[in-house]
Amino acid sequence: MHIIEGERVTKYFGGLAAVSDINFYVDQGEVLGLIGPNGAGKTTLFNLISAALVPKPGVIKYKGRNITGLNPYKICRMGIARTFQTVKIFANLPVMENVRVGAFFGSPKSPSPAQATREAMELLEFVGLSKASNAPARDLTLANQKRIEVARALATKPELLLLDELMAGLNQTEIALAMDLVKQIRDKGITIIMIEHVMKAIMSVCDRIIVLNYGKKIAEGTPQEIVNSKTVIEVYLGEDSNVGSQ
Amino acid sequence: MDLVKKNWKKSVLTAGIPLIVLVLLALLPAYGSPYNVTLFTYFLMYIILTISWTIFSGTTGYISLATAAFYGVGIYAAAFYGEKYPLIVVVFIGGFASFILAFVVGAITLRLRGIYFAMFTFGLVLFFKEVVYYWEIVIENTRGKFVVLQSNEAVYYYLLGIFVVTMIVAYIIRKSKYGLALQSIGENEEAAAHAGINVTMVKVLTYAISAIFMGATGVIMATKLTYVDPGVAFNPMMSFSPVLMAIFGGFGSIYGPVIGAVIFTYIQEALTTGSLQKYYMLIFGAILVGTILYLPDGLVGLIQKVWKRISGGVRAHN
Amino acid sequence: MELLLNIVLGGLLIGGIYSLVSMGLSLQYGVARVLNIAHGEFLMFGAFITFWFQQHGVNPLLTVVVVGPLLFIVGFILYRTVFTTIRLKSPNPGVFESNSLLAAFGLYFIVQNIAVLIWGTTPRSYSYLGGAVSIGGALFNENRLAAAGFAVAVGAIFYLFLARTRIGKAIRAAAQDASTAGLMGVNINYTLALCFGFGAAMAGIAGSLISVCYPIQTTMGLGYTVIAIVVVTLGGLGSIPGSFIGGFILGVIGTGVTYWQPGLAVASYYVIFIILLLVRPKGIMGK
Repeated sequence: MHIIEGERVTKYFGGLAAVSDINFYVDQGEVLGLIGPNGAGKTTLFNLISAALVPKPGVIKYKGRNITGLNPYKICRMGIARTFQTVKIFANLPVMENVRVGAFFGSPKSPSPAQATREAMELLEFVGLSKASNAPARDLTLANQKRIEVARALATKPELLLLDELMAGLNQTEIALAMDLVKQIRDKGITIIMIEHVMKAIMSVCDRIIVLNYGKKIAEGTPQEIVNSKTVIEVYLGEDSNVGSQ
Repeated sequence: MDLVKKNWKKSVLTAGIPLIVLVLLALLPAYGSPYNVTLFTYFLMYIILTISWTIFSGTTGYISLATAAFYGVGIYAAAFYGEKYPLIVVVFIGGFASFILAFVVGAITLRLRGIYFAMFTFGLVLFFKEVVYYWEIVIENTRGKFVVLQSNEAVYYYLLGIFVVTMIVAYIIRKSKYGLALQSIGENEEAAAHAGINVTMVKVLTYAISAIFMGATGVIMATKLTYVDPGVAFNPMMSFSPVLMAIFGGFGSIYGPVIGAVIFTYIQEALTTGSLQKYYMLIFGAILVGTILYLPDGLVGLIQKVWKRISGGVRAHN
Repeated sequence: MELLLNIVLGGLLIGGIYSLVSMGLSLQYGVARVLNIAHGEFLMFGAFITFWFQQHGVNPLLTVVVVGPLLFIVGFILYRTVFTTIRLKSPNPGVFESNSLLAAFGLYFIVQNIAVLIWGTTPRSYSYLGGAVSIGGALFNENRLAAAGFAVAVGAIFYLFLARTRIGKAIRAAAQDASTAGLMGVNINYTLALCFGFGAAMAGIAGSLISVCYPIQTTMGLGYTVIAIVVVTLGGLGSIPGSFIGGFILGVIGTGVTYWQPGLAVASYYVIFIILLLVRPKGIMGK
C-alpha cells in the first residue's frame, strides 16, 4: 500500500490553477523528488498534503485513509511532518524549545517534560545543533535554522517527511552536509518527499522523481529516466544547469 | 556540587520572595491605614487584570481589548446576585460568566486573523454598554443598580485571594507545555499548527481562562462601588489600562506586568488628586505610544538588557 | 409606504456619512495597514473644528475646505513619525499590525483628552439649514440632504482621484503589494503616509458633516469607529468600494432598527458583525 497518494488533486486560486489534476503516490521508505520551475505548484502540493490548504477537487489518502480537509495539527499527529520554504522557526525561543514543541504536540501521546527534553536533545545531536541548544533560534545561520526545522519536524515522530527546498540558499559545503542529513533520515526508515532545485541533491538521493510544470505533472520516473526525458529537458533542465556541476 | 547549590539558592529566591511579599500583604490591614488598604486594593485589582491580559495577549500576540467587558460582566453579576448568594459564590458566578462570554467571543473570532479579534473585542465594550442601558431603561425602567456593600478589609482580602490564584495559574501556564504552545502560536502560528498544536482550541481555552479572573475582580470591585450603571461597569479605560501596564512593564517575565501595574496605579493615584488630573488620559496615551516606539520589551526588558551589559558578556558568550 | 421611504431614504442619508468614515478607515487599514481605532476621534475633531468656525460666523459646509486639509496634515505627520517608526522597527507585518493597533489605541486617549480639555464634555449643537424638504411624502431636513450630498461628492472625487491620477495609481499598487510597489519606484513611505492622511481627512470631513445635522460631543468618536469597523468588515477588509457600499447598507439597517427600537442601533451592528464573522468574514467584496 502506498503510504500516501493523491487522486486528481487540484487547487484554484481565483481563476488560476496552482495544481491541476495531479495523481501521485509514494511508497514507504521511498525518497521522492518533486521538481519543476518556480511557480509549478510544488509548494502548493505540499500545502495540500499538510492540510494548510484543501484541494478542490481531489482526494489525498494517507495509509489508505482519506485525509482531505483535516486540520494541520491532526495531520501532523497522524505522522506527516514538513519543513517550510521560508523558514518558519520560533525566532525568539531557544533552539531547544523549538524542538520540544514538536516533541510535546506532534504525537498522539504527549511525553512528560523530561522525556520531551531528552527527545529534543537527541534530535539536536542528530542534526548537529546540540551546542546551540540554548541560543535564541533567530541567532543561528540560515542553514542551521533549517536544521532546527528538520529537528522540530522529526520530533513529531513522522513516518512521512516533506522537505521544502532544504538546500535553498546554502553553499556547496552546506549542501553536501544537508544531503548527508537527508540520507540519514531515510536510513531511519522515514519516507521523504523533497522539493528541490539543487539537481545534484535530487539525483543522488531520490529513488523516484515527479516533475511539475504549470501545475500539471509532466513526467515521472527514476532519476536516470528524468534526466534523459526530452519533455523535462525542454521544460526545465535546459534552463537549470546544476546537473553537471560538482 | 556548585550547580546544585546554585539551583537550590535560585528556588529559595523564586519561592521565598513572593512568599514574604504575600505575608506582608496579608498583614496590611492590621498595621496599615485605611488609605493604604484602599491603595493596595487598587494595586491588586490592576495587577490581576494586567496579568490576566498577559496570559493570552502577551503570549499569542492577539490583542484583546475586551478586558472591560469581562470586568463589567463581573460587576453586573454582583449587582444581580450579591443579595441572593454569599460573596464567594457570586465571585464564582462572575468568573464563570466571563469564561463563557470569552469562550464564545474566542470561538467566533479566533479562527480568523488577529485583526478581526482586535476589532471585535474593541467594540464589545460599547456593545455591552448600549445593550445594558437599553435593558435597564426600556425593559426594567430603572437606571443603575445597587450592590451590597462590603468592608474595605473584605474587598482587600478577596482581591488578595484572587491575586494569588491568578499568579499561580499564570505561572503554571507559563511553565507548562501550554505556555510553550502559546508562545509558539505568537511566534509563528502556521508552524505551530504543523507541529501538532490545536491552535484554535489552545487560543480559545486560554482566552476564556484569562477572562475568569477579570470577571471575578469585577464582582469584588462592585461591592466597593455600591452603585453601578452601564457607564461605570463598561468603561474603555478598564480595557486600556491593563494593556498600557503590560506593555510598559514588559511581558517577557511574569513580573513585568506586575511592575507595570504597580507603577501606573500609583501614577494614576497621584494624578487624580493633583492638578494634572485632567491630563491623565493624555499622559497615559503618550506613555503607551512612547513605550511602543522606544521600549519594545518594556521596562523589565530594558532592565534585563542593562543588567546583561553590566554583568559583562559572560553568559552571553556561552 | 411613507415609513419605508423614511427608513430607506433616511438610511441612505446617514449611510452616505458612514460610507465616508469607513472609506477613510479602509484606506488606513487596507493600504497603510494600520487599524486606526482613533479614527472616530479625528471625526470628532473635525466636527468640533467646524463647530468652532460656525460659532464665529462661518458657513459650516464651507469649513470642510479647512477641516479636510488640516486633518490630512495631522494624519500625514502622525504616520511619518509614529507609524513609520513602528514599521521600521517591526520584524514582520504581523508585529507591525499589532504594535500600530496599540499605538492607535494610545492616540485614541490622547486625542480625546485634548478635545475634552478644549471643549469639555457637554454636547454642543447649532442650527443650519433647518428647513424640511418633502420627498414622496416623507419629510427630511435640508441639512441631512446637504450633508449626504457632500459626503457622496467627496467619495466620488476620491474615487476619480484613485482611478485617474498617478498618485492614485501608486496608492492602488501599494494596496495590492506594498513592497513590490516600492521596488517599482513608488515612494512607499510617502504613499502610505498619504493614505493615512487621506483617511484622517475623510474622518474629519465626515465629522464636519455630522455636526451640521446632529449634536456633537467629545465622546462621540468611539461609536463611529465601531460603525466604521463593522462597515469595513461588511464591505471587505481592504476594499474601498466595499466600504462605500457597506456604509449605505448599514445606514439603512441602523435607521430601520432605530425606528423599531431606538437605542439598539449599535447592538444591531454588532449582530451583523457576529453574523459576518461566522459566515463570511471577508465581506461583500473582500479578497
